[in-house]
Amino acid sequence: MSAIEQSLKNVMAWIDDRLPVTEAYEKHLSKYYAPKNLNIWYYFGIFSFVVLANQLLTGIWLTMSYVPTGDDAFASVEYIMRDVEYGWLLRYMHSTGASAFFVVVYLHMFRGLLYGSYQKPRELIWILGMLVYVALMAEGFFGYLLPWGNMSFWGAQVIVSLASAIPVIGDDLAIWVRGDFNMSGVTLNRFFALHVVLVPLFLLVLVVLHVLALHEVGSNNPDGVDIKKTTDDTGKPLDGIPFHPYFTLGKLPAIIVFLFLFCAVLFFYPDGGGYLIEHPNYEPADPLKTPELIAPVWYYTPFYSMLRAATFPLFGLDAKLWGLIVMAGAIVLPFVLPWLDKSPVKSMRYKGLGSKIMLGLFVISFFILGYLGTVHPTPGRTVMAQVCTGIYFAYFLLMPWYTAVEKTKSVPERVTM
Amino acid sequence: MRLVRLIGFMLFWPLTTIAAESGFPLYEMTPNLSDQGSLQRGAQTYMNYCLGCHSLKYQRYKRTADDLGVPESLMLQHLVFDPNTKIGSLIENSISQDNAKTWFGAVPPDLTLYTQLKGGPEYLYTYLLTFYEDPSRPLGANNLVYENVGMPHALVELQGVQKKVCKQIPKLAANGGEMMDALSQDYVTEEVCGMDLVARGYSPLTLVESTGRLSAEEYERVVYDLTNFLYYVGDPTRLERERTGVFVLIFLAFFFVPAYLLARDYKKEFH
Repeated sequence: MSAIEQSLKNVMAWIDDRLPVTEAYEKHLSKYYAPKNLNIWYYFGIFSFVVLANQLLTGIWLTMSYVPTGDDAFASVEYIMRDVEYGWLLRYMHSTGASAFFVVVYLHMFRGLLYGSYQKPRELIWILGMLVYVALMAEGFFGYLLPWGNMSFWGAQVIVSLASAIPVIGDDLAIWVRGDFNMSGVTLNRFFALHVVLVPLFLLVLVVLHVLALHEVGSNNPDGVDIKKTTDDTGKPLDGIPFHPYFTLGKLPAIIVFLFLFCAVLFFYPDGGGYLIEHPNYEPADPLKTPELIAPVWYYTPFYSMLRAATFPLFGLDAKLWGLIVMAGAIVLPFVLPWLDKSPVKSMRYKGLGSKIMLGLFVISFFILGYLGTVHPTPGRTVMAQVCTGIYFAYFLLMPWYTAVEKTKSVPERVTM
Repeated sequence: MRLVRLIGFMLFWPLTTIAAESGFPLYEMTPNLSDQGSLQRGAQTYMNYCLGCHSLKYQRYKRTADDLGVPESLMLQHLVFDPNTKIGSLIENSISQDNAKTWFGAVPPDLTLYTQLKGGPEYLYTYLLTFYEDPSRPLGANNLVYENVGMPHALVELQGVQKKVCKQIPKLAANGGEMMDALSQDYVTEEVCGMDLVARGYSPLTLVESTGRLSAEEYERVVYDLTNFLYYVGDPTRLERERTGVFVLIFLAFFFVPAYLLARDYKKEFH
């Protein structure tokens, strides 16, 4: 051993005595064993880390030139787009990144539904993941106001005014959230603070907890087999391979494919035909000029459809409040998913027909709701949205029944490739 | 004859989208950002005819001059009218909002992002071609795309006066074809007006002869250049962005190869 290697080793030992760096590296990377049968659905967690890094970095650089005031916010975004060196790139990376974040997170969550990744012992991973999702929705909502375009303004106006549907305290609550009687520069300032400080802090803490919880119990896999049951003499799972380098450098090609698609949108279709950056957002916020159609960005539209699907009063509560309850319910319900699934198996590969049909219907109705949220409601579309909302809830509420009665296949001892 | 008309219809009346307000179908307009001559002529028209009322307050003169290949001194000499304006200034004007409101009933919007706001250049292009004389309006002009617009036809001296007319056009037979007289082989016509003409593929406007300085083709060219210029101003980095994008995608494609080989090696290890 050379003198240099020896001294490096001494430095590392000195640090390890005081901070468990090597131990953490081994626990979470080089000796964290992930199942070797992980398929393409397992890439989206990695991708979401890539997008998270992108959002944090570009976000920091955007705040260097962005002015969070009612008078200057809109102009400062155009200043970034035109006068800041590569400002257009930073801004489009951030705006495209926001949509990409939801794409990968939705697919990541679908993976969880598909392979039962929420089941025992991964309940907390699922709940922490849902909290990440909710934080992400909040982050996107607050961020969407910041360009201070007309759709920013009216979108936020619609969502904040939802608070006023709550009986007794509603109106005061809406004013408290806005900090004003109407959306204004005050609202913009506080949304800026929430978007760049509070929510990202939450998000990062939740992501760390999500990963720590995952590393405590280990990754699920497409077979839903526990790889820790079959180990060699040293206690290393036979079907596991070290996360680093196999799932880091080894997944580099997949990351490049993802970046390729991401960059194709970013450089050639940054406004996504009005779906990623909506056309009315190219004029400044104007409280006197309502856009023809107020539609949230695509990643909220399924829930927006559910909100609009409640069109009649029931049990003495008015339709607007029901809309709020339905929408909030749709977001809260997935939290208890680990206790709704009574199936003895995890993966859809071994579950019965009932689960497969319900998951299929759930996905289709989620897509339809997403589309309906981008267009004007008509009586026919409203009925459609009501049916799809029904299916969305049925997927969760009927789960204890259909997962219990269906016939499942037997799960193999070891993972299949 | 019918074939000719059909081809003419397809050439000059290709509809892509419908103007939201009036239901008038928009003309197709394919911008060309590489045509610096077109962009320069568009800028010239803009500074001379539009800037008095419509600012481009998010865009700078210098940026425009650089992107359009106009030397800064020429820009200052011919296209910047206020001697106190510097080349690095934003393209603003001095119309007061209160006056504008009194004169036109609305403040003329800033046009920096107008083509983006309308989801493309087609709206503006069609709008500038479809002004017509309407004595019932305060300023004597109306528009097919934007009904009862407050703006007068600023380019009327170039285009000339258009009038909204009814036209004699072939009657439709029950089978959907155009009715023809069996003996004379002439079309059986009927008078059709307004949006019904539009629905049949005819323009409801007609140009009054020798009221404008330009021919119809020359005017269309002016409007094309102007729209092309505003399309550029809406997103001045578009060309640079797409050029950069090509390099980024090529880089990623090349980077994929060593990454794939590395990953394949790792994969071999655990199989």
